[in-house]
Amino acid sequence: MYKINKENLSALFSCIADANELYVPCNINGSVNFAAWDEEQLVDLDTLKTVKSPKDAFFPQSETLYSCKRNGKKLSITPEELQNKDFVVFGMKACDVRGLAVLDKVFLVDPVDSYYKARREHGIIVSLACSQPEEACFCNVFGIDASQPEGDVVVYMIGDEMYWNAVTEKGEKLTKQVASLLTDADEAKVEAQKASIKEIVSRLPYSSLSLEGWGKDAVLLDKFNSPIWEELYKPCLACGTCTFVCPTCQCYDIKDYNTGNGVQRYRCWDSCMYSDFTMMAHGNNRTSQMQRYRQRFMHKLVYFPQNNDGMYSCVGCGRCVDKCPIGLNIVKVIKAFEKGGNR
Amino acid sequence: MQRLIDRAKELLASGEVARVLGWKKGDLGFNPEPSYFETAESLDNDFVYDGFCGANLSKYMIEASKKDGKTLVFLKPCDTYSFNQLIKEHRVDREKAYIIGVGCKGKLDIEAIKAMGVKGILEVSGADINSDCETLTVKTLYGDKEVSYNDAMLERCHVCKGKEHQICDEVMLDSRDTKDAERFAEIEKIEAMSPMEKFEFFKKELSKCIRCNACRNVCPACSCRKCVFDSNKFDEATKANVDSFEEKMFHIIRAFHVAGRCTDCGECSRVCPQGIPLHLFNRKFIKDIDTFYGEFQAGEDSETKGPLTAFTFDDVEPSIVTERG
Amino acid sequence: MSMNNEFKPKIVAFCCNWCSYAGADLAGSSRLQYPADVKIIRVPCSCRVNPMFILRAFEKGADGVIMCGCHPGDCHYSTGNYYARRRMTLLFSMLEYLGIENGRTRVEWVSAAEGVKFSTTMNEFVDKIRSLGENVRLGDLRCKD
Repeated sequence: MYKINKENLSALFSCIADANELYVPCNINGSVNFAAWDEEQLVDLDTLKTVKSPKDAFFPQSETLYSCKRNGKKLSITPEELQNKDFVVFGMKACDVRGLAVLDKVFLVDPVDSYYKARREHGIIVSLACSQPEEACFCNVFGIDASQPEGDVVVYMIGDEMYWNAVTEKGEKLTKQVASLLTDADEAKVEAQKASIKEIVSRLPYSSLSLEGWGKDAVLLDKFNSPIWEELYKPCLACGTCTFVCPTCQCYDIKDYNTGNGVQRYRCWDSCMYSDFTMMAHGNNRTSQMQRYRQRFMHKLVYFPQNNDGMYSCVGCGRCVDKCPIGLNIVKVIKAFEKGGNR
Repeated sequence: MQRLIDRAKELLASGEVARVLGWKKGDLGFNPEPSYFETAESLDNDFVYDGFCGANLSKYMIEASKKDGKTLVFLKPCDTYSFNQLIKEHRVDREKAYIIGVGCKGKLDIEAIKAMGVKGILEVSGADINSDCETLTVKTLYGDKEVSYNDAMLERCHVCKGKEHQICDEVMLDSRDTKDAERFAEIEKIEAMSPMEKFEFFKKELSKCIRCNACRNVCPACSCRKCVFDSNKFDEATKANVDSFEEKMFHIIRAFHVAGRCTDCGECSRVCPQGIPLHLFNRKFIKDIDTFYGEFQAGEDSETKGPLTAFTFDDVEPSIVTERG
Repeated sequence: MSMNNEFKPKIVAFCCNWCSYAGADLAGSSRLQYPADVKIIRVPCSCRVNPMFILRAFEKGADGVIMCGCHPGDCHYSTGNYYARRRMTLLFSMLEYLGIENGRTRVEWVSAAEGVKFSTTMNEFVDKIRSLGENVRLGDLRCKD
C-alpha cells in the first residue's frame, strides 16, 4: 500500500501520461465523462458517476474497422490498426470494472473480437473505491463490493490523500513507473473507509432489492409472456439513453460511410430501443415498443445469465435510473414483477 | 393533489372519460413517470402530481388519440401550447381529450439540485403542488440540505411564457409567476461572440452528444412516423458519433424541422443526459422568426399558419444575414 | 505558390429548372465565362432545396453553396421561391450563429434571360470563396482525405 498527496495528482497523471495514454473523468462543459488527459482538462474525481460509462475506452461508441479507397481502377483495403500501446483508465468504479467482465463474456469468446481483445490486453485499470455511494446505486445486489473494486490498481480517496494498492502484474508495472511520487502507507485508514462504504451501502434505497425469480433459474416463458410488460413499457419514449449510458450494453451496428472517394466500414453502438435495431432483409423481428422494451430487460436479467452461468448483465450502476427522461428504469421493472408475484 | 384525484375519479365514474393520463409515484420520491389510470383504485394508490412532474404530456396524447374513448389529461400551461400545435398538425384529436389545466409553480429539475453538489438524494420535501415553500428540504444519505425552490427549477421555468392555459376544459390549482430571466438573453450573448468563439462554443457543447435521440423522442413537434434520421435508405448512418459534423448536422436539421412549430417547451434540454442546452438552437430560430417575420408563438392557437408555411411578397432576402454584419 | 498547390474551391450551385438552369444555359451559349469550380445541380424549383442538401454538400467537401431560383413573383409554381427564401434566410442565420463564416452560402435570383447575371454571380461567388479559403468548420473529416 502506498499513498500520494492529492496536490500531487496532476504530477501523477502527467507521469502516467508520459508512457501511456491516460483516460480520466473530466468535466467538459458541465458534464463529466472519461476523456484523454492533458493539463488543460478539468479532472473530476468527486463526481461518482460519469454520464457515459468507461466502456468507451474498450468498446468505443464508434470505431472504424477498415477503410477502402479507390485510386483510379485500383481498390485498396486497409484494416484499422489494433490497439498496440498501453493505456490507463483511471478512476473506474467497482460497477464499471464488473461491466468489463460482462463485455468479456461477449467479445472474448469465440469468435474473439480482435479490436476489443487488443484494447483489453493493453488497458490498465486503476479503479477507485466509491467513498460516497448515491441513491441510485445497487451494485451490491449483483454481488459487487463498492469498497473493494477489481482492477489492476485500486485507489482510495481519503482526506487529502490518495491510497494506492497494486493488485495485478500490470498494476505493479504501473506502480514502478510512478514509484517516485508514492510513499509507503499503512492500511488502517483504508480499512476504515471500506467499513464506512459498506455501512452506507446498507442504507441505500435499493440495497435490499431482490432478484428472486430472475437469472439462471427464471422461468423464461412465464416472464416473457407476462402481462406486466404491457403496463411497464407505456411511458417509454424509445430513446437510447439507457443503453448508451449503460456499462454493459454491448449491441452494435456495422455500417459503411461513403467518404466520396472510398468507404469506411465502422461499427457503432446500437440500441434495442430503436425501431431499426436488428433490421434484416425480411424486416424487423421486434415490431412494437413493448417487445423492444421487454427485450432489454429480459436480456439483462434472463437471457444473459442463462447463457453465462448466472452472471447478470446489469451491474447496478444506476446510470439508467438517473438518466431516463421520464423516470423508467430496471429497478422499477424488477419491483413490478416482485409485486406481481414474479410472473 | 387530492383534488386532482377526486376530479379524475368523478370523470371516470361518470363515463365522461375512459382513462386518465397522469403521473405515477416513482420509487425514489423524485422520479414519477407518466402513466395511464383506468380505475379509481389505481388513482388512489399510485397517482401523484408534484414539482417533479415536468415532462410534457401532450406528446403522449398522440397515442391516446388512437384509443377508444376520451382521455383525461393533466396539462400545465406550457404543455397546452404543444397540444394546440399538435391539433394544428392533425396529430391529436381534440374530441378525444378532456384537458384539465393544472396550475404551475415552476417545475423542478433533480439534475439542477445535483449540480449544486447535493449527493445521495432520498427525498425532497416542499415539492408538493399545494405547498408555497420557497425552500426545498432535501433528505440525503449524507444529511439534510436546503435549496431554494427557484434555483432548483428547470431552465424553461425561468423564462416562462406565462401561466395561462391556451386550451383546456377546466383549470385546477393556482400558479405562481416564475419568470426571472429574459428568454433571448442567452441567444444574444452568443450572437455577440466572434465567429471563432461561437464555433468553439457549439463544438464543445455538441461534442458531448451521444446520439441517444432523447431530445427527438421527447419533442412534441417531432412526431413524424418515421424520422429521416432513422431511415436506412439515408446514406449516412446517424448512430455514429465519429465526427463532430454528425452532431451538428443532426441538431441543425432537427431544430430546422421544428422551426416555426417549436413552442419552446424546453423538453429537449431537460432530457439531454449530457446537459447540452439544446433550446439554444430552437430559440435562435424563434428569435429570427420574430425579427424577420413578426412575432410568432407556436401553439397560441390551433389555426394560424406557421411562419415557414407562409410568406409575404416583401420578405427579407437571405443576404440580410451577411449584410447585418 | 505553385500551380498544384493553388486552392481549387469546390462550389455547389443548386439551380431551379425553369429560370436559373436556363440562365446558366444561356451563359454557356453566349460564351460567357465562369469558373469550372462551380458544379450545378438542377432542381425542379428552389423550394426543393432542403436545408439538408446544403449541409450535405458541405459535409462532402463543398467550400461554398449557392442556390439560384426564379425571381420572386416569377416562380414556375407561383410561390415556391417565397418559401425557399424564408427557409434559406433562417438556415443562413443559423449557420452564422454556429460560427460558420458568412459568405459561404448565398442565394441569388437568376432568370432564364440573365446569362450575364449568372456568370457574374458565379465569378463573384468563386472569388469570395477563394478569399475565405478551404471550408474547415463545416465538413466531415472523413471526407477530407
